[in-house]
Amino acid sequence: MFLRGVWLVVRKDLTVEVRSREIAYTTLFFAVSCVLIFAFALVREGRAPDEAAPAVLWVAIAFAGTLALGRTFERERQAETLRALLLAPVDRPAIYAGKLLGMMALLLAAEFVLVPLVALLFQAPLLGHPFWLTGILATGTLGFAAVGTLFAAMLVRARTRDVLLPVLLYPITVPVIIAGVRGTALLLEPELDVALLRFWLALLVTFDVVFVTLALWTFEPLMTD
Amino acid sequence: MPKWFLPAAALCGVMFVASPVVIAGAPYESTMGLVQKIFYFHMPAAVMFLVSAVICGVASARFLFRGDPAQDRLGWAAAELTVLFGIIALVTGPLWARKAWGVWWQWDVRLTSSLMGWMVAVAYLLVRKYGGPGSEKLAAGLALFGMANVPFVYISVNYWRTIHPTTSVVPTLPTSMGGPLWFCFATFLLLLVLLLRLRVRLGEAHARLDALHLALDE
Amino acid sequence: MRADFDELGVEELSRHFGRRRAVSRITFNVAAGSIVGLLGPNGAGKSTMIGLLATLIRPTSGLIRYGRLVVDAGHAAGQHGAALRAAIGVLGHDLFLYPELSALENLTFFAGLHGVAHPHRAALEALEHAGLDARAHDPVGSFSRGMRQRVALERALIHRPRLVLLDEPFTGLDDASTGRLVSRLEGLREAGTAVLLATHDLDVADGLLDAAVFLKDGRLVDTVVQPSALRATYRQLMARPVS
Repeated sequence: MFLRGVWLVVRKDLTVEVRSREIAYTTLFFAVSCVLIFAFALVREGRAPDEAAPAVLWVAIAFAGTLALGRTFERERQAETLRALLLAPVDRPAIYAGKLLGMMALLLAAEFVLVPLVALLFQAPLLGHPFWLTGILATGTLGFAAVGTLFAAMLVRARTRDVLLPVLLYPITVPVIIAGVRGTALLLEPELDVALLRFWLALLVTFDVVFVTLALWTFEPLMTD
Repeated sequence: MPKWFLPAAALCGVMFVASPVVIAGAPYESTMGLVQKIFYFHMPAAVMFLVSAVICGVASARFLFRGDPAQDRLGWAAAELTVLFGIIALVTGPLWARKAWGVWWQWDVRLTSSLMGWMVAVAYLLVRKYGGPGSEKLAAGLALFGMANVPFVYISVNYWRTIHPTTSVVPTLPTSMGGPLWFCFATFLLLLVLLLRLRVRLGEAHARLDALHLALDE
Repeated sequence: MRADFDELGVEELSRHFGRRRAVSRITFNVAAGSIVGLLGPNGAGKSTMIGLLATLIRPTSGLIRYGRLVVDAGHAAGQHGAALRAAIGVLGHDLFLYPELSALENLTFFAGLHGVAHPHRAALEALEHAGLDARAHDPVGSFSRGMRQRVALERALIHRPRLVLLDEPFTGLDDASTGRLVSRLEGLREAGTAVLLATHDLDVADGLLDAAVFLKDGRLVDTVVQPSALRATYRQLMARPVS
C-alpha cells in the first residue's frame, strides 16, 4: 500500500509535468541563467579560475532546486490538492516519498543539461569519471531534495513561503553543498583520490539516510494542523 | 516569579560587574597580550550558545511528537538565547582571531560550524515571526533538522578545510584556565538560566492571556 | 482496513487558533442516511468544522465519535487515521483536482489513492454519474465551473464513503447543476450515507435537510430537526444573541 501510494503520486506528478513542462522549462532556464551569470563574473580573458566549475554547478543546482520546489508545491496549493492528498487513506509518508521522487526526477533531468554546459563554459573535464560524477550528483541531489520537499510541504500554508523556503533550506543543506562541490572538484584532479572521494560519497549517503528517515518520521505530525 | 529569581538576578549582576576585576587579576598571557582576556567571555558565551541550541533542539523534538505547548515555549526561548549567545561568541571570536591568526575571519571548523548553527537559530526566529499560523510546527521541524545536521556540518567543514591547507597556526589554548575562567563560566550559566526562565515566563503569560481572551468570549 | 460507522457524533468540540476560537463547544449528531446542514454566516466556523471532521485539523478539546472510534485532543487521528479517511469523502471549498489532467485521469488517480479495487472502471462509472463521459479525456482546466464541480463531487465519492462532508457545494452553480447536485445528495441519503453540508445557500437547502445545525461565531446557536421555512428560522436564530 505504501509503495502503491508512492508510485501513484510520482506518476501523477510526472504526468502533469510532461503535459505542461512548465517547471522543467523554467527551472532549466533559470539554472542556465545562473551558470551564465557566474561565467560573466568569473571568466577572465577566456579562462575560468581553477575549481570554479564544481562550485558553479552546485550553486546552480541549489538555486534551481529551490525554484522547482516552490513551484511543485504551488501547483499542489492552487486547487488545494495537497489537502486532497492528505485526505487519502494512504500512509502520509508515502505522499512525501512520492513528491520527493518526482522532485528527484526533475532535478536529475536538469543536471543532465547543466553538467555538459558547465563543463563547456568553464573548460572543466567534468565528464572524465561519469560513474563517480553520477554517484555524487544523485546522492547530493537526494539530500537536498529530501530536506527541501519536507520544508516546502510544510510551508504551503504559510503566506511567506517564497522567502522562507531558502531561509530554512540553505543552512541545513550546507553539508550537501560542501560534499558535492568538494567531491566534484576531486574529479577534476589529474590523479583521482579515490579514498577522499569515497569519504565524500559516504558522507552524502549518510546524510541522505538520516534526513530521509527523519523526514518520513516527522511528515505526519508536521502536516496535521 | 519564583522566590530565587530576584536574588539570583542580583547575584548575576554583581558577578558581571566583578568580572572585569577578576579577569584583570588573571595571569597575563605573554604572546597574546591583553587580547587574550577576551577569552574569558568568549568561551563561556560559546558554551552557552551550544547549551541553548541543544535545549532548543530537544524541546522542539518533544513538542513535535507530544504536542506539549510548554515544550514549544521552552524551544522558542532557547532559540532566542542561541542567537544572543551566538552573537557574543561570533563577535568576540574574530577579535581574538585578529590577534592570534592575524585575520578577522578564519574558516576554522569550529567557527564555521558555529556560524551555520547560528544561522539555523536565526532562521527559526524568522519562521516564528513571519511564518503565520502553524509556524510553531515549522520552527520545531527546523530545530530538529538543525540538531541532526550538526555532526554533518562539523565533519564536512573539517574535511573541506583539510583539502585547502591554509597558513594558519592552530591556536594552542592556554592550559592554565584557572579561577577567572570558571568564574566567568558560572556568570554566563547563571545568565542563561535567568534569561531562559524569564523568556519562558513571558511565553506562559502570553498563553494565559490567550486563554483569558478565550474565556472572556464564553 | 476501513472504519465503518453508522453515526457521527460531535461532543463539546472546540478548536482555537491562538486567541481566535474557530469552533467552540459544539455538539451534534449525524445519522447514516440523513443530510444535515451546517448553516451560518461567513466566519461561523463551518470550514474548521469540516476540517476537524475530515481529520485534517486536531481538536483543542472535546471529541468526535465515528461509531466506536474516538478522536480527541489527546488521540489525534494518527493511529486509525488511514482507516477513518477511507470512510470519509470531502468536497472542499476548492476543487481538489489537477487542472492539467483530464477528468478521467483525476478520478483514476484519486480512486487508486483511496484503494478502490478497479480505479479505472470506478472512474468511468463516476463520469457516467456526472454525465460527463463524453468529455472524459479533456483536461479539467477546460471545464466550466459547473462541470468541474460535478467532477469534484464524484472525486469525493469515488471510494463510496460512509460519511460525506461538503463545504459550500452550491457556490457558483446554475439552477440545472444545483438540481443535479441535490438529486445526487438525495441518492446518497437513500443509500444510507451520512451527509454533512456546510452552506449559506438557504433556498437550496430548504426541503433537502433532515436536520440543521446553526452556527455563529464558532458557537452552536441551535439544532433544528426536520427544518421548514429555513430562511425565517435562520433570520430569527441569528438575531438572537449567543449565550
